[in-house]
Amino acid sequence: MYPPAFTYHSPATLDEAIGLLARLGPGAKLLAGGASLIPLMKLRLVEPTDLVDLGRIPDLASIEEVDGHVRIGAMVRQADLLRSPVARSLALLGDACSVIADPSVRNVGTIGGNLSHGDPANDHPAIMLALEARLIARGPAGERTIAAADFNLDLLQVALAPDEVLTGIEVPLPISGQGTAYVKFERQVGDFALAAAAAVVVLDGGLVTEARVAFTNLAPTPVRSPAIEAALIGRAPDRATIAEAAQALVEIDPWADLRATAEVKRAMARAVAERAIRLAVERARRGVQS
Amino acid sequence: MGSIGRPMKRVEDRRLVTGRGEYVDDVPAPGALHVAIVRSTYAHARILGIDATAALALPGVVAVVSAADLGAANGPFPHPTWFPPHPPLAKAVDPFTRPERIWLLAAERARFAGEPVAAVVATDRYLAEDAARAVIVDYEPLPVIATAEQALAPDAPLLNPEWGDNIAVHFVIGAGDVDQAFEDADIVVRRTLRHGRAICTPIECRGVVAIPDRRSGDLSVWSSSQQPHWLRDALERTLRMPGDRIRVVAPDVGGGFGLKSMVYPEELLIPRLALHLKRPVKWIETRRENLASATHTRDQVHEIELAVDRDGTIRGLRDRFVIDGGIGSVESIVVPYTTACHLPLAYRIPTMRIECTVAVTNKAPSAAERGAGRPEAAFALESILDEAALALGMDRAAFRLHNALRIDEMPHDHGILYRDGTPLRLDGGDFRGDMSDALARLDYDTWLAEQAAGRTEGRLLGIGLAGYIEGTGVPPFEAANIRLDPSGRVIVSVGPPSQGQGHQTTLAQIASEYLSVPVELIRVIQGDTYAFPSGGGTIASRVIVVVGNAVAAAAIELREKILAAAGDQLEVAPADLEIRDGSVVAKGAPDVSIALTTLAARVTPGIGRMGSAGPGLEARGGFQPPTVTFGTGFHAAIVEVDPDSGLVTILRYVVVHDCGRLINPAIVDGQVIGGLAQGVGNGLFEELIYDEQGQLLTGTFADYLIPRATDLPTPIVIHKETRSERNPLGVKGVGEAGTVPGAALMLGAVRDALGQAGAGLATVPVTPGRIVTAIQAARAAGVPVGHAG
Repeated sequence: MYPPAFTYHSPATLDEAIGLLARLGPGAKLLAGGASLIPLMKLRLVEPTDLVDLGRIPDLASIEEVDGHVRIGAMVRQADLLRSPVARSLALLGDACSVIADPSVRNVGTIGGNLSHGDPANDHPAIMLALEARLIARGPAGERTIAAADFNLDLLQVALAPDEVLTGIEVPLPISGQGTAYVKFERQVGDFALAAAAAVVVLDGGLVTEARVAFTNLAPTPVRSPAIEAALIGRAPDRATIAEAAQALVEIDPWADLRATAEVKRAMARAVAERAIRLAVERARRGVQS
Repeated sequence: MGSIGRPMKRVEDRRLVTGRGEYVDDVPAPGALHVAIVRSTYAHARILGIDATAALALPGVVAVVSAADLGAANGPFPHPTWFPPHPPLAKAVDPFTRPERIWLLAAERARFAGEPVAAVVATDRYLAEDAARAVIVDYEPLPVIATAEQALAPDAPLLNPEWGDNIAVHFVIGAGDVDQAFEDADIVVRRTLRHGRAICTPIECRGVVAIPDRRSGDLSVWSSSQQPHWLRDALERTLRMPGDRIRVVAPDVGGGFGLKSMVYPEELLIPRLALHLKRPVKWIETRRENLASATHTRDQVHEIELAVDRDGTIRGLRDRFVIDGGIGSVESIVVPYTTACHLPLAYRIPTMRIECTVAVTNKAPSAAERGAGRPEAAFALESILDEAALALGMDRAAFRLHNALRIDEMPHDHGILYRDGTPLRLDGGDFRGDMSDALARLDYDTWLAEQAAGRTEGRLLGIGLAGYIEGTGVPPFEAANIRLDPSGRVIVSVGPPSQGQGHQTTLAQIASEYLSVPVELIRVIQGDTYAFPSGGGTIASRVIVVVGNAVAAAAIELREKILAAAGDQLEVAPADLEIRDGSVVAKGAPDVSIALTTLAARVTPGIGRMGSAGPGLEARGGFQPPTVTFGTGFHAAIVEVDPDSGLVTILRYVVVHDCGRLINPAIVDGQVIGGLAQGVGNGLFEELIYDEQGQLLTGTFADYLIPRATDLPTPIVIHKETRSERNPLGVKGVGEAGTVPGAALMLGAVRDALGQAGAGLATVPVTPGRIVTAIQAARAAGVPVGHAG
């Protein structure tokens, strides 16, 4: 509960922040909302020499539509995202933001921090995978775009260089016939997921033309399931088809932990996927009808 | 209108909820040094050496202290909260129990991961923590005893080689010819039931501030404790300093639940350091330290069997249970014996034999926590009742009603002894009536129909049923002082402190009842050895019984003194006077009166004249409980289980509760509902898990889950008031009762929801992992999920 000493920096611009990271070296950590980092520091599981606070840098906390995408600033807090129009047009974002930790954590936690932390128990990584989002990073050499599929490398490891800052996320705007959902099994509010699934489906003429399903907290990184997706494409998504598709899951090899055995988690993953797909299909149908 | 029985708001709450409470961390201690404790990283290891060179070189570090530095002052001392069995119990049952010892810091050996090994003293806590990580302890790992089963194996390594085995406590109690009953009975059901290891989780962890007086050498100690007087006595012995020179205060305490009824090594260590360094010294525990090193509880495995006849009559009960006591059962037989003697609850069980063994292992020590063995008893018995009803093909409620004791059978003697060695005789309480009231309020029959309908559509609804008895108000006796101040205010002083129970209100209500002085003018002082020198602690649901009756006795005596003094002043016989609206008034002659303020000034030492009431309007009262008095009650709940996630939702929860006469019904509601939350926690969430190397895997609240508001139902609480005949107020304790049935209730409800598929569920907490595992096993075996049986 008593972190070791560190130096606090509060840069006014992104360039200043990147400069600090380059100058201070690997001991420096970015501070976004602090929802994960501060507890880890208090437990001395992370002992940064320097904290570079992104809180005073302007323009990192906006949500805007550009060019067929929604660009969500990395410093957008979960609570603000939950209240934004994008949480309604992409319902899975709203689903997720209402089950991330609890309201007090959502008031400080940011989407950028959630993603950069690389924790497979966090909810946004699987969602970004299912949305095929692109993550925007800036470093000394300028800006680059990283596909969500390439972002999570391993447990707590992401594709950001030590002197790079995740500045925002580009999420494709929903297309006609699209429905999305995120469903999580958690023992209690704020607990890590037993299993959670993000689903994006697109219906055309009553058939599934696109499907993407990704999972939270069942592997060192978020995992997509092409097997489930393939079992949906081209089919009419009735209850039986969805149930059968969810059973097709083969891509995860969950580890046993204090919450459940691997076998139980596999069963939970299939069940939670089934629910997420069903809800996404329901929403897609409602959207088509309206 | 009397004060007793009014659901008045708690007088302490304005201060506490507006952040003006004074907890240990708030105690002013200018210039204090701060302690970080180096704790053993091994569950069992020889300590070969401690190198503090690097730590001492760090900025702000004043001292690094190990067992070797303390010498004889390090102990071991006899454990201050370990007592031998009461002589009558020792004579009749002769429980085997090994005396426990306490060291301030681990000496040659560390016996559990988290045991204090060294103390780093620095000018602030951050520096102390930095330096604690620079202390190099040279450990030689020793074989780890990770479970009670391992501890009791024939070739087990020994925690205390001088013992020759790993058994801390063992006893057998019984009534009647149980083996004959088992032979004669139609059916015998058996189960092995496991209650997980748990810990109470007060919001405020432990903490100690010790301030030596520079001139006199006297010592003041603030500790977040339920037992300031016992701590004072323990310090007297370990510091070899007269107790009157040691002031121990338990200020506002942010929850205790039994965890703070111990005397801990840190509570002896911090004062020792303060005396040695001649500076104020402070240690505030972190949550991680608390989960790893404060006392744990529960962790019982019962092999229980019940003999019943086809008509549902219980013939006998046999139970063998083992407790994983960690490094020691530091309150001796308290929890083990309390479980054993509460096992029959208030059911008619004519014969029984109960055998208990406490094994020592390389885990944190064990002791009583809310319920103190009773939740385990209810868990074991109510679970086997469910199995017996199923085996008989009887409705679970009907089976219980058939065997529940009626009020016309009271007092009922179970044929065994209570922990104080007196016969366990239930002193009233309408257990069967509690049960039928709970079933009616739950709408049991409607839910049975609902459950059956739900099963046809794959909905898993389960009904939980569990009752309890609770022996409350344990001796020793307590006393109270009370005085009428010339300001017109009444000051009540008692020993045991408050951890949020609302004593400032309830004890004032009792004094108000007899003095006819409004509660707002009554102040209760407690938990300070200089304000009141003795007390047996706020434990075991005892304060309202033992202290409450002492306050009543003191108030009655003060009233006599007030009336006598007023009689002198008014020249009226005291019998013709009464206290009313702040004055003593002649009955039938309201003009003849004297204000209490005037009266007090006239007879108070230093300003008045000593009259027939003696030196001032002060009185002292005491109450010696003959034995405990039993609260009773019954809980019933409906849960829904999601078969995919294993998540359990409590749809309805009914409590029928009888703690005798209610002093403040609102406070009783709070106690019952708070207790219920802990019971649900034991039933669904809370579990301390160690690995085979004795490392605690659930060392933070990320892994040790406690129930939150969103996990709990809004219960329906029905009060009944069967007055106790064992004390003048007619009260029974209520601090723990709400917790007792929770674990039994949750397991029973989930097991009922799963039907035949739930037959394998025998462990609490009954977690999603365990539930889905049971469902998977059932499906694999072709057993239907959610079918009766």
